[in-house]
Amino acid sequence: MFYREVGQFKTSYAADQAIFPIRQDRIGLALILAVAFIGIPLVGGEFMIASVMIPFLVLALAAIGLNILIGYTGLISLGTGAFMGVGAYACYKLSTLFPQVNIIVWIIASGLVSCAVGVLFGLPSLRIKGFYLAIATLAAQFFLQWCFVRVGWLYNNNPSGAIEVPLHTLFGIPITGATAKPLTRYYVVLAIVVVMTWFASNLVHGRIGRNWMAVRDMDIAAQLMGIRLLPAKLLAFAVSSFYAGVAGALMVFLWLGAAEPEAFNINESFVLLFMVIIGGLGSLIGAFLGAALIHILPIIVRTTPGALGLSIGSATAEHLTYIITGGLILFFLIVEPHGLARLWQIAKQKLRVWPFPY
Amino acid sequence: MGLLYQIFIDPFMQMGQAPDLLVQTLWEGLVGGVLYALIALGFVLIFKASGVFNFAQGIMMVFAALTLVGLYEKGVPAPLALLLAIGVMYLLALGVERVVLRPLVNQPDIMLFMATFGLTYILIGAGQLVFGGDPKEMPVTALGLPKGAIDLKILGGLVSLQKIDIAAAIIASIMVAGLAVFFQKTRIGRALRAVADDHQAALSVGISLNQIWVIVWFTAGIVALATGIMWGARSDVSFALQVISLKALPVLILGGFTSVPGAIVGGLIIGIGEKLGEFYWGPLVGGGIESWLAYAIALAFLLFKPEGLFGEKIIERI
Repeated sequence: MFYREVGQFKTSYAADQAIFPIRQDRIGLALILAVAFIGIPLVGGEFMIASVMIPFLVLALAAIGLNILIGYTGLISLGTGAFMGVGAYACYKLSTLFPQVNIIVWIIASGLVSCAVGVLFGLPSLRIKGFYLAIATLAAQFFLQWCFVRVGWLYNNNPSGAIEVPLHTLFGIPITGATAKPLTRYYVVLAIVVVMTWFASNLVHGRIGRNWMAVRDMDIAAQLMGIRLLPAKLLAFAVSSFYAGVAGALMVFLWLGAAEPEAFNINESFVLLFMVIIGGLGSLIGAFLGAALIHILPIIVRTTPGALGLSIGSATAEHLTYIITGGLILFFLIVEPHGLARLWQIAKQKLRVWPFPY
Repeated sequence: MGLLYQIFIDPFMQMGQAPDLLVQTLWEGLVGGVLYALIALGFVLIFKASGVFNFAQGIMMVFAALTLVGLYEKGVPAPLALLLAIGVMYLLALGVERVVLRPLVNQPDIMLFMATFGLTYILIGAGQLVFGGDPKEMPVTALGLPKGAIDLKILGGLVSLQKIDIAAAIIASIMVAGLAVFFQKTRIGRALRAVADDHQAALSVGISLNQIWVIVWFTAGIVALATGIMWGARSDVSFALQVISLKALPVLILGGFTSVPGAIVGGLIIGIGEKLGEFYWGPLVGGGIESWLAYAIALAFLLFKPEGLFGEKIIERI
């Protein structure tokens, strides 16, 4: 009905190859951005912003990173949690060594540190693939986690073993530390996520992204067609860990405020993997949908019984959350193995031809 | 120079000076390795027959042991509890086949892998909901397993062997032998191997895939139960065991995903390697390297032999 491209004629190749060729999509995107930048700060309370939106954005960013690796390049990684940790610890270390430098610079720089570590642990991907690679990345996960505990230099030998975020300001407004307002932190996270999503979108729609997808579909065939596997795979690892690193830095600096090594354990990696698979492999919007589902679902499960007037213990609620999350994962895999992004595609197609079946 | 000495000479000097300690460490590693091998065995069984990389094997182990202990604590006699736990594993196998495998047949491997993640979550939640999340003690004596330790005097020192560890090694050997006979000699075993070889060919000669999957998952469940009893007897039965079970993954890499002997040999190599590494080289870097050493060994190994010790050579065609 209203979602239909009838009458929108393209007069140039650029218009034809645009990422959002349909006008309604562009309007929709603008609407989403408007809601994110204006609507949510106006409507949402402190809880909504600090405990729902900021974590959602941070996790979505990490999921984009992982999606570049798994969904676009076909390399399974179970070490994303640790790469987020690398970003967080690098950012902490850099910002305590040089506190006068702007914190945004350090957040980006910590992404680069994570990127270097990611390339290092991505090297085995040239020899092995599939589940073997997944297990190889577990080596990264456990080794890095061990470093976060044992190498005192990383957390400035803080006796508690945790990293605590000091106060940093941007244009005179505190954005990290205890005095920073959730709204300010939300805007910083949102800005970074929007810019990096835009960057990722350009990356995966361009030559590099096409190389990655060729490698994903069949690496030997890609090699025969002249794609060099070494740079393609390592670049995927680099970009993916860059995103994970920035997400990790954001997670500690703008969401949690402090973190222990446990925050970056294997479960974090698994949760991110869920987001990518449930959201949809090889889709940026899928990363957001997956992050929303996996992060917001437990919150709903936890608050629903209270809202319905049932009183169940917090332990029971947590166990139920596990069961329901597991059940939903199975449900979505069976109903739509290509993830929420595919459901979104189908819904759009239905809208286009509505009220006719096809 | 000093560092090189510490890495390459000092540990071996220590081994030579205290051979009893070396034997003790080797024994500990061997026992740990047997248990890793048992978990890996469960993985291999399922991977061979259904091509599913079953991430839930670890939690199946915890769940099986937890069912046994939970029933025992509720007053069910131990042998009956054991039977009931086996029954629960059978129901689980039936459920998995019906709810997970059948609708997802012919999907890419990664989807099935993720499905077993979902299964893991369900089992964690259900286990905690029904039996509680606290660590539980395994009723070792009620199950007829030996307790205590044997002290051996060898090489001028004392080596202490836990009886339960010896029992674990024996039971593991019996199970592996039993599985080998089951695979080679029985009708169902042959059907399993046929399915492992080629799903479509197996279907076309009249082997029921659904039935085979139930049997395989049930077998893996029994292996999980045995492993859970052994681990539970060494430490308590708790959900922390699930993390230990991740150690079976490097074992799989070493042995190859499709090889039963590979799982055993890989388990022993990893078990002994990580104990020796932790004991003799761990102090150099502050200890605790057990958590990642197994993966590092496996990773180093992968770079030279990507298909594992006994795995099938991967031939790729366009």
